[in-house]
Amino acid sequence: MMKPGTLILHVAARFLVPLQLLFSVFLLLRGHNEPGGGFIAGLVASGAFALYLFTFGAVMTRDLMRIDPRNLIGIGLFLAMISVFPAWFQDQAFLTSQWWPVMLPGGTEIKLSTPLIFDIGVYFTVFGSVMLMLVALTETEER
Amino acid sequence: MQLSVLVIYLLAALTPWLYSKHKARTPNLLALLPAALTLWFASHIPLIASGEILVHEYAWIPGLDISLTMVLDGLSLMFALLICGIGTFIVLYAGSYLKGHQDLPRFLVVLLSFMASMLGLVLADNLITLFVFWELTSITSYMLIGFNHQNAEARKAALQGLIVTVGGGLALLAGLIMLAGAGGSYSLQEIFNSTEVLSEHPLYVGMMVCLLLGAFTKSAQFPFHFWLPNAMAAPTPVSAYLHSATMVKAGVYLMARLYPELGGTDLWINTLTSFGALTMLTGAFMAIRSTDLKKLLAYSTVMALGTLTLLLGLSTELAMLAFAAYLLAHSLYKGALFMLAGIVDHETGTRDVTQLGGLRKLMPVTALCTLIAAFSLAGLPPMFGFVAKELLLESLLEGPVGLLIVLMVITSAILVVAVAAVIALRPFFGRFIPQARTVHEAPKLMLAGPVVLTTLSLLAGLLPGYAGHYITLPASMAVAGQPVDGYLSLWHGFNLPLLLSVISLATGYFLYRYWDTLRDTLRLFNPLIERGPEAGYFRFMQGIVLISEWQTRVLQNGSMRNYLRTILLTFIGITGYTLFWRYEVHWNWDLSLYLHEVVVALILVSAAAAASITRSRLGAVASMGAVGFSVALIFILFSAPDLGITQILVETLTVILLVLVLFRLPGFSSTSTPAERGRDAFVALLTGALMTLLIMITIDVQLFPSISDYMIENSQPLAYGRNIVNVILVDYRALDTLGEIFVLALAALGVYAMIKFRPDTQPGANHYAGTLILPPKQVPEKDIVHSLDERQQMKAQQQKAQAQMDSQTKETH
Amino acid sequence: MEPIMAIVAGCLYAAAIYMMLRRSIVKLVIGLMLLSNAANLLIFTSAGMTRGAPPLIPVGAMQPEGIIADPLPQALILTAIVIAFGVLAFAVVLIHRAYNIIHTDNLDQMKDTDT
Repeated sequence: MMKPGTLILHVAARFLVPLQLLFSVFLLLRGHNEPGGGFIAGLVASGAFALYLFTFGAVMTRDLMRIDPRNLIGIGLFLAMISVFPAWFQDQAFLTSQWWPVMLPGGTEIKLSTPLIFDIGVYFTVFGSVMLMLVALTETEER
Repeated sequence: MQLSVLVIYLLAALTPWLYSKHKARTPNLLALLPAALTLWFASHIPLIASGEILVHEYAWIPGLDISLTMVLDGLSLMFALLICGIGTFIVLYAGSYLKGHQDLPRFLVVLLSFMASMLGLVLADNLITLFVFWELTSITSYMLIGFNHQNAEARKAALQGLIVTVGGGLALLAGLIMLAGAGGSYSLQEIFNSTEVLSEHPLYVGMMVCLLLGAFTKSAQFPFHFWLPNAMAAPTPVSAYLHSATMVKAGVYLMARLYPELGGTDLWINTLTSFGALTMLTGAFMAIRSTDLKKLLAYSTVMALGTLTLLLGLSTELAMLAFAAYLLAHSLYKGALFMLAGIVDHETGTRDVTQLGGLRKLMPVTALCTLIAAFSLAGLPPMFGFVAKELLLESLLEGPVGLLIVLMVITSAILVVAVAAVIALRPFFGRFIPQARTVHEAPKLMLAGPVVLTTLSLLAGLLPGYAGHYITLPASMAVAGQPVDGYLSLWHGFNLPLLLSVISLATGYFLYRYWDTLRDTLRLFNPLIERGPEAGYFRFMQGIVLISEWQTRVLQNGSMRNYLRTILLTFIGITGYTLFWRYEVHWNWDLSLYLHEVVVALILVSAAAAASITRSRLGAVASMGAVGFSVALIFILFSAPDLGITQILVETLTVILLVLVLFRLPGFSSTSTPAERGRDAFVALLTGALMTLLIMITIDVQLFPSISDYMIENSQPLAYGRNIVNVILVDYRALDTLGEIFVLALAALGVYAMIKFRPDTQPGANHYAGTLILPPKQVPEKDIVHSLDERQQMKAQQQKAQAQMDSQTKETH
Repeated sequence: MEPIMAIVAGCLYAAAIYMMLRRSIVKLVIGLMLLSNAANLLIFTSAGMTRGAPPLIPVGAMQPEGIIADPLPQALILTAIVIAFGVLAFAVVLIHRAYNIIHTDNLDQMKDTDT
């Protein structure tokens, strides 16, 4: 669905998508300490693809995403549910957070935790949901 | 004891299976259980007679103070014996009465369930449990009255019985809760043992009215007596069991149970004696008018129930003694009489006494039993009924009642003698009236019950000391709540009660001689009776239907805007009332303002106003964007960066969404009149003003310490997160978030489903694809206008098609 | 600032309800959007408003410095915003679908299709 006269948009979208995706991951990971988090990051990521969607249409967006938004929702909900269980094995109430600090070579400490997994789950769910709606709506437009 | 109730329920559940195995022998097998239970209960007689009380505790819902604890005292024991004992014979009797009936298993299931419920009712110690069993008896009674469900009359009678008793049950529940509140416990025993004087409690009158409503409806007291004769639509075993011996006595049982707590006050005495006497008179009067054998018995049951209420109302020791004796006597003879009436009906095919006569030679056992039972009903010596009646008259004359009530009681005593004579003499003596079918004696299993019950009546009358010591005295002690000194005997010497007895017997027999003339005379009262309480019941039911139709028309009119308006106005009324009359608004806020904040607020308000006034969709969408971004700005200005970011992102996506969908919808049409607009604006402004006030008060009032403090303090130490909002989302309240992402996922799937799975996509509907960022193309003329006249045409066509279909269906009929 | 914001939220409510009481379903959608914004503002305002103190804890500290804005209503609103978007999308598509089938945008005529 290439339309003439939208060259700037074409170029911008191609560059912005990876940048925005990277930014969304950044927002996601820092969310526990600074403004950000799964909801916001998921929205930013969908914003990136929404821009691409407007420029190149649903078919190309689907190709670019490589993964069906419905699967994204599934992955997201699955991750969120997964984070429920570690506490269960520790004989604690569901969703009690568990922390596993990992020392990386070079002295940086990364804190892996169930809230992080949960947040990633939120990220994928929000991302997938928004994309599912937008792609589906656009597809009916194009048909 | 819990087991005894449970076991009957279990047996009820097994009945269909048993029936498939043993067919017609099933009732005989089933009767073994109540027989065994009778023996089990009977084995406790000596213990209870010595003044002991048997308590089996069992917790059910301890948190709500609800238990399945069961208590066996004199009163419960008497009832339990009657329920199981008569129940045994009823099951046997039903097996023959309904022999070969295709629904016999169903009948037995419900009958046994009733037996278990009634047993539970008289054994229960907990008020809630008692209520549950109480309602269960109402429901099983409903199913039994409506057993012949193909008969419209039976269905109607069943519904009537259900509505009256369950309506009373509602009042009863309220009364029981008040009682528990006042007595401090749901356990009858604890209420009884507590020092609280309930008759001085402020809720006393309220709970009394509610409890008595429950008891009066169940026990068919005036003016609720009408359902009981109608319930005779049930098969005779049911009438004999539920509607004379057991269920209808549940109300009386309840009053007796509560007598130690509630009884003895002027209110109690006056209410119970006057309603009791009125019920007696009504029952006796209606009985003498009837010619249907079962109706005669039913009305005399009403009369007996009135007598029991009256006795409880008298509140003397002697009255309690009379109460227990009368209850026992009545159950024995009335159960027998019903079964005998059923036998006559079964053998001759009619229950109309005027069509019966001279049957004694053909059915000698039936005739003899009827005679003995009717003697007891009339109160002739040496029957137990005589003992009870003497006690009744004695306690009445001693009791705190006026002459009017005494006269009413004596009148009904006279009438009941005549009724007894009609029942006993009319069908069996005199000239033989040929019947449509050959009449012969009933099968043994049907006769077993009447024979045993009448024998017991006779024995108890001959040996009143034993019956008194073992059965009725413990029962009356349980009712009175204290030791009762008394002794039952057949001979009380020459006294006023005996004289009254003799007079009533003589007058009653005299009335019987002229019964046919009497009935004709009594027809004069027909117009009065037609306007009686039963007519009130029908008017009430019609009223309910009318009200429901009216409110459906007004409230459920199908217009969403009307619903919304109704909800909002209700909200404004209720919340507004609470706000203004319960709270005071304090005007003490921080009013420090900055110019930029005020500007944002002004933009927000004007954007909202613009969105609601504008006539163009684009204008509305743009205004909505302004609203959204202003809100985001406010979030950012007031320390909520996360919210600000989220709002901006969502706002962007919303615009995309609206562009994708909204512009494929028709433009704003303006269809409201100025008056409608004014009305809606008024409602909207009122709601808005109320919400403003609500927010102000919410800021002002802090009812509980904020939970946020805990979250703030522990965010870093426990949850290792410095962004507290995010910590709340993914840690403290992660379960909420989990639910919310599920909602989001479902919404997305819903959208997807609605878009993808459509049966027919209109060709050309999507021909303005690719117009996403550009202003939308105009929707084709026909879509927007789709105008009034066009719609009217469509409607007219629909109506035409409908009319055609209607006429076709009519023709096929 | 709270009284001003309370009034603003009240105005948003009034506008939202006015729009929801109109016959046009498109106006209903606008009303829905205004309503969710109004509700968010209601929660935000009634928790009290604080300037320049976001609910963040400085690096290395255990507790935030001084008084900060209440984080709980913020967390509530954050999910509410996202959910509102999901619901709005659902409503818009539903309305669009209904319009395609019934060919009317008038709520009063839509009710006739119930029966």
